[in-house]
Amino acid sequence: MGLLDRLDNPYEAGGIILGTIEDVLNWGRSRSDWYLHFGLACCAIEFMAMNASHFDFMRFGIIPRATPRQADFIMITGTVTLKMAERIKVLWEQMAEPKYCISVGSCANCGGPYWQYGYHVLKGVDRIIPVHVYVPGCPPRPEAMEEGMMKLQKLIDQQAIFRKRQRLAEEEALKEK
Amino acid sequence: MEITEIYNKLKDKFGDSVKDLIISPPSDAFIAIASDKLFDICLELRDNPEFDFDYLMCISAVDFSENLEVVYHIYSMNKKHKVILKVSVPKENPVVPSIERIWRSADWHEREAYDLLGVVFEGHHNLIRILLPYDWEGHPLRKDYKEPETYHGMKVPY
Repeated sequence: MGLLDRLDNPYEAGGIILGTIEDVLNWGRSRSDWYLHFGLACCAIEFMAMNASHFDFMRFGIIPRATPRQADFIMITGTVTLKMAERIKVLWEQMAEPKYCISVGSCANCGGPYWQYGYHVLKGVDRIIPVHVYVPGCPPRPEAMEEGMMKLQKLIDQQAIFRKRQRLAEEEALKEK
Repeated sequence: MEITEIYNKLKDKFGDSVKDLIISPPSDAFIAIASDKLFDICLELRDNPEFDFDYLMCISAVDFSENLEVVYHIYSMNKKHKVILKVSVPKENPVVPSIERIWRSADWHEREAYDLLGVVFEGHHNLIRILLPYDWEGHPLRKDYKEPETYHGMKVPY
């Protein structure tokens, strides 16, 4: 994004870093995401490996939170049963905006192996809450979750903060043309 | 003690309530029991020192379209012998006496069999669903079960 390049060469520009405030804010937001982990099945076991020293999820600047009120994004890792789906919706509604969701594994994405005979399984968590990043796999390897995290950071980096409605309206107008 | 010996001793005591001994290798031999005498037979199996069955390994239920069958695997820790009992009840009125007062482990097993196959255990102190939500309709592991279209506003089929 240009900001880090300037840090490598600070004297060239007289010790001044130029960038938009939006970039700086988004840079801070995307690199200090706190998450609420909603572990439901074997994907959560893989997520434990993700958190351990080999893959070290915390180097993304994230911190696990025990309450939705302090979390920026929620990780749904595993099979969402109908009984649990209602709890997920309550947690999602308790989170403060801006909030994001990463759906990990085939079950959370689309029902996975339960898609046909799983009378008790919600076929995709996106039927109850919006999902920003899907991580495929059954279960996904930690590398896949890393990529999902990077995708979420990229998404936050590109988000509009100022004059949001106006800019979105302009984009919509462009699309209509 | 072999299962034939157990069968003969039960047969002497309970008569026609103990139906057949079915031996068909490679599956385990089992004793078919009439549902009305199940409680007494289980009590005898636990309290008679000859049998000394102190451990109920599992209760499972099977759907045979007209009948529901409940299977009991019972083991003796001291004598190291094992017996399998089977009780068959009609699907319209699937009532089986509860043996929860004999072996405490039957409590949750019976609740599970009730939850998924709808076997009613008479005399159970708290026969409610154990896995599915309390307001769920029907018993999903029955062969004629149809999954619901929606549950609390969530679409169930893919």
